[in-house]
Amino acid sequence: MTTLTKTRALSRSRFAPALFAAILGVAVISLTGHVQAAALHDAAHDVRHATGFPCH
Amino acid sequence: MTSRFLISALFAGACAGVIAALLQYVFVQPVLLHAELYEGGELVHFGAEPVSAHPELPGFDAVRDGLSIVFTMLIYTGYALMMVAAMGLAEERGAQINARTGIVWGVAGFVAFHLAPGFTLAPEVPGVAAADVGARQIWWFATVGTAAVAMWLVAFGQNWMAWGIAAILLAAPHVIGAPEPDTFTGPVPTEIAALYAARALGVGLAAWVLLGMFAGYFWQREGVHEAAAAKA
Repeated sequence: MTTLTKTRALSRSRFAPALFAAILGVAVISLTGHVQAAALHDAAHDVRHATGFPCH
Repeated sequence: MTSRFLISALFAGACAGVIAALLQYVFVQPVLLHAELYEGGELVHFGAEPVSAHPELPGFDAVRDGLSIVFTMLIYTGYALMMVAAMGLAEERGAQINARTGIVWGVAGFVAFHLAPGFTLAPEVPGVAAADVGARQIWWFATVGTAAVAMWLVAFGQNWMAWGIAAILLAAPHVIGAPEPDTFTGPVPTEIAALYAARALGVGLAAWVLLGMFAGYFWQREGVHEAAAAKA
């Protein structure tokens, strides 16, 4: 019973930070790899091609 | 707990990113620069004169290549954030996370983020014909998303139902098809474009395996630190 409670408490404490990290990751990838603003596109151009993101 | 996710992702992303940038600079960038000579019209494929396959390429450009290094590290940090998020949840379900098991995570991440979208929208050299970039980005995100779910099901599914769904998720985006151009207009020789796609995917695999290894290592290390801090 104690173990179960512990596991549940852990689940709650870990799920929110995991979700936060995942969303932050998607945001970073979108900004660096996908936003079409000219300055960002030019700066990240070679990397976008090399990592297989749709670039132009 | 949040700091464990962020710190291990930052370290893993920076380490894998800098190695990925180096590998890209050595193996991928020269092929891209070669293709750009055709994109810009300095070299013409099937023109009046035969063209040397070994032209002189521009050397190291501090701004351009420096930005590439920074952005590669950022992109791999983004990947790492998603990977440690999944690692944290998997560990809770009983999976062992360390540098050694991280290698398999890296391969799975490579399949989801590089191989799956690249299977239909191959890594492209500049100048190739392609459909609208917005439409291709939507397809890219959808394909990466379904492939990531599929890899999770392959790894943690308990029965054939889960594995069957994984197979369908992996195949569906390619059966449906990606946005393709109406006509081919690319001026770059196929030899260069093929080499580029192969190099981009090969470097991607190496970088992702390293990313998984670093993410597993730092995730475990930060866990030890956290436990020690909690005891003290």
